[in-house]
Amino acid sequence: MVPAQDARRARPADPPLSGESPPAPPAPEGATATHRAAVSAWWRGHAEGVLKWSTGVAAVLPSLALAAVLVALLVEAIPAIRGNGLGFFTRSAWEPGNFYNPPVTIGGVTRPAGASYGAWPLVVGTLESSLVAIVVAVPVAFGTAMVVVWKLPRRLSAGIGFCLEMLAGIPSVVFGLWAALTLGPFLSRHVFPFISHHTPDVPPLSFFHGPVGSGEGLATSGLVLAVMVVPIIASTSRDLLRQVPRGTEEGAVALGMTDLEVARTVSIPWVRAGVFGACVLGLARALGETMAVAMASGVVLGTIPHDAYATFGTIASVIVSQLDSALTDGTGFAVRTLAELGLVLLGISLLVNVAARLLVRRSSSVALPVGRGI
Amino acid sequence: MTTVPVKGTVPARGHAARGEARRLVLRRLADRLWWSLCAAALLGIVVPVVWVLAGVVGKGVRGWQWSVLTTTTQGTGGGLANAIMGTLVIVAGVLVIAGSVGVAGGVYLAEFCRDGRGGLLRGASEVLAGVPSIVLGYVGYIVLVVHFHWGFSLLSALLVLSAMVVPYIVKTTEVALRNVPTAYRDGSEALGMPRTYALRRVVLRPAVPGIVTGLILAMAIAIGETAPLLYTANWSNGYPSAHLLHAPVAYLTYPVWTFYNQPQASAHRLSAEAALLLVALVVVLIGLSRLVVARTQRHTEGHRGAR
Repeated sequence: MVPAQDARRARPADPPLSGESPPAPPAPEGATATHRAAVSAWWRGHAEGVLKWSTGVAAVLPSLALAAVLVALLVEAIPAIRGNGLGFFTRSAWEPGNFYNPPVTIGGVTRPAGASYGAWPLVVGTLESSLVAIVVAVPVAFGTAMVVVWKLPRRLSAGIGFCLEMLAGIPSVVFGLWAALTLGPFLSRHVFPFISHHTPDVPPLSFFHGPVGSGEGLATSGLVLAVMVVPIIASTSRDLLRQVPRGTEEGAVALGMTDLEVARTVSIPWVRAGVFGACVLGLARALGETMAVAMASGVVLGTIPHDAYATFGTIASVIVSQLDSALTDGTGFAVRTLAELGLVLLGISLLVNVAARLLVRRSSSVALPVGRGI
Repeated sequence: MTTVPVKGTVPARGHAARGEARRLVLRRLADRLWWSLCAAALLGIVVPVVWVLAGVVGKGVRGWQWSVLTTTTQGTGGGLANAIMGTLVIVAGVLVIAGSVGVAGGVYLAEFCRDGRGGLLRGASEVLAGVPSIVLGYVGYIVLVVHFHWGFSLLSALLVLSAMVVPYIVKTTEVALRNVPTAYRDGSEALGMPRTYALRRVVLRPAVPGIVTGLILAMAIAIGETAPLLYTANWSNGYPSAHLLHAPVAYLTYPVWTFYNQPQASAHRLSAEAALLLVALVVVLIGLSRLVVARTQRHTEGHRGAR
């Protein structure tokens, strides 16, 4: 720790400490001088108040933005909520209806004839792909964090840190491009046929038994999501593992424990809540991810994926790819249905996010924002 | 940390000794197995990074033409100069809007906020960070583009992206200010400095690297996002204009998403080159944040030497 050199260095050139602004220069007579003195006196008295209020307004703005988003989405979605009813969550159909026939009005909501929307397959697709991502990402991320903190020399762990930053920083469209052009075709040619061929067709495992397809689908999307989620979990776990008190770990070593036993009895219990929080945060990220899934899933409407290689759709990917065509619905019902879909997604991811942040905060007070970025 | 052998610590004979020895072997075996699995997990990090980078660089370099940097897009051909300019304009705008709001908000939360109210503001800001980007983009489209009649425009894109990154800037600013050693504050108070003066000249200075790191993070997000921009900035074949409203803007993520499955070879080339440019920008930003972090280490309180 270097002592407060900056503060000391800064002082000699600075104005006297009596006020915020430098003292008014020797005043030439006249109105301007008295005016300036008055302003500087006023400023001296009010600087703190002004700063407090202006920064306070800025601090409130994110909350206002959040409120605006919620209100706008709700207002936009209300006609769709009334029009689609509760069946929205159980139906599988995604029928925009016939735009050329005269629209029908049911229960005060106008929509094209034959329009019928159901979100069930999308909810299932969103949850399933995120689940695949978490199941793959958690062991990889936590194992990496353990090795980086316990075993790797500093240089190598810095290299892994760079890899994690790259994974966190690479835009999701680039991951999507990689999944669509490289990973998907590779898996469908070399990996999926092998797995599909060697898994027996009995109920729990028959999920991996099926036609392999072109590489767009649940497994590919889940793997890409896993790659995007790993840096969140790994970097949080690494930082938490570094905060485990050294003395306790060394005490455990002195008792004759192997490294694994030290990890199991001391380190892992210490970081458990925080790592769990990071996992849930990663889950939230996977649930809301749009572009990579839109490029890797095939964005199929109206069917539930029944094997690991089937194409499917998630809520976010359907919103982004269907908004264009929804705008052609003259009654606006399709766009409003997308708003309802967005509300469902928002509900799911906020639930998950709030739970995660409560957990992370409880375990570490200085947790940096972990989420999208580096 | 090394394994301490338990061998010989227990003076045991016969069966007991053999059982002890076998248990020790098993414990060591479990230890080896666990750490091998953990080391294997490293592959799960390194392989995707190398694979993605190799894929992006390989595809981007293969058809690379320098004219990409100087000509604008025509249909699915031409160059990406308009998108590069647009991305730079968007990033600059987000830095101005989200940067000023976020830094000010972070200063308020760290310096002026009594904890009761701060909890609510912090919570709201964290919840905002958790809103999926496509939901923000959708709301931006419905409210700003359609309802306010702004059309596809720079301003609506900037507002949506700013709402997305502000929570990160608020958080990093607050953490950076809280990490300034308390001795700095105590010292300046003991010298009789007014609070604002001390904040400006003493406390803020060591926090600057942390704040800058937050701004770089915001820039990385602004460069890499697609979903919030598709329906707010849309796309334009020309350079960004000076108009905030009613003028769509091009940006680098659009060609990656739109052109990759078009039939033309020129579209594929643009898609690959845009991806290469995006990754290059990200690498530059990571390098920048590394530099800043290296400079900040000596100022933060409670910094533990990395193991």
